[in-house]
Amino acid sequence: MSTVKLTVNGKAVSAEVEDRTLLVHLLRDHLNLTGTHVGCDTSQCGACVVHIDGRAVKSCTVLAGQAAGANVTTIEGIARGDELHPMQAAFRDNHGLQCGYCTPGMIMSAIDIVHRHGGELDEATVREELEGNICRCTGYHNIVKAVLDAAGRMKVAQAAE
Amino acid sequence: MYETTYHRASSVDEAAALFSKGSDAKFLAGGHTLIPVMKQRLASPSDVIDIGKIKDLIGVQLSGDTLVIKAATTYYDIMTNADVKKAVPAIAHLTSVLGDPAVRARGTIGGSIANNDPAADFPAALISLGATVKTNKRSIAAEDFFKGLFTTALEDGEIITEVSFPVPEKAGYAKMRHPASRFALTGVFVTKTKGGDVRVAATGASQSGVMRVSAIEAALKSNWSASALDGVSVSASGLLSDIHGSADYRANLVKVMAQRAVQAAG
Repeated sequence: MSTVKLTVNGKAVSAEVEDRTLLVHLLRDHLNLTGTHVGCDTSQCGACVVHIDGRAVKSCTVLAGQAAGANVTTIEGIARGDELHPMQAAFRDNHGLQCGYCTPGMIMSAIDIVHRHGGELDEATVREELEGNICRCTGYHNIVKAVLDAAGRMKVAQAAE
Repeated sequence: MYETTYHRASSVDEAAALFSKGSDAKFLAGGHTLIPVMKQRLASPSDVIDIGKIKDLIGVQLSGDTLVIKAATTYYDIMTNADVKKAVPAIAHLTSVLGDPAVRARGTIGGSIANNDPAADFPAALISLGATVKTNKRSIAAEDFFKGLFTTALEDGEIITEVSFPVPEKAGYAKMRHPASRFALTGVFVTKTKGGDVRVAATGASQSGVMRVSAIEAALKSNWSASALDGVSVSASGLLSDIHGSADYRANLVKVMAQRAVQAAG
């Protein structure tokens, strides 16, 4: 057992976990942040994507100990109070989800995509960049629309800041 | 996953010392091979030694005709690095078609070559470019480093510190990706060195891991062009044959990917 200290959604947290604990289980089972999902548990589906120090990663393939000292953001940490993050709002407005299981990972990956491309995105790029996130309901069409919509909103929001 | 003890090393020497204390220790950098293998219970190290945050193992340096990529540099940091893009754009391309964005944020060049998966991308780049692998003990030429499926020249407890690539005159990489795993069904890296030599390496094709392709090298040496390979045939002997593709299919892919790689190299 080890004590792992890290920052999650802006708050300093610490958890007593076995060394074999995965980051996703630390988040879900120890911190009760169950928005991050485990889909395939084999680094393929992307339902577990969170941000570590600003980069989208698959939290099912990171040991909790590897995240010690890191700044982790989960789906629970992106809205500002009652105001949805522009990516969340765009997923809702574009009907970018059906069952919702993949959605937290989709949104965390999509935010990272917009950040890395500085809002300059086209459909082909979004499809290519989302290859590590699997959705079995939507056929991706509205997810791609949502990401493109959010890229515009995030650019506007950034310009206003 | 079986129980293990996690250690984070802050220097290469500390990592080596921790390794020698463990009964069956393993090094971890990005963890994108070791952790899945531990989950499958195909590996059950007593100790996992995290070398992914050792500062001396991260970064890229270009000096003269040598590009050095340190072992724990992530794929994302490689593909976006200005020196890599300038000196060997084929490496930046190779890294950009490896895994998916979240995998590229964690996986490292050192981890890829230490694992030596027969369908991994980087072994082809090292062999084709004539790279040298540096460890905490010695320097190993790429030709001597890769020893077959999941096997390398690394000794127990030896740590890769960096890979050094001679900057080529031209180089290109083309890969037929498996659509689900994104591993190379077959990938080919072609290099024309500044000395005029041609070296071609294929990954995902051979039963014994990364391989040189002498028939293609000979054809490209006399005429560096995709059409020079039109009449070349690659032997299917010793090539992988599985549900994804027969040996004959892969033999043809080696040629087609080599042609695309030459086109990419210009």
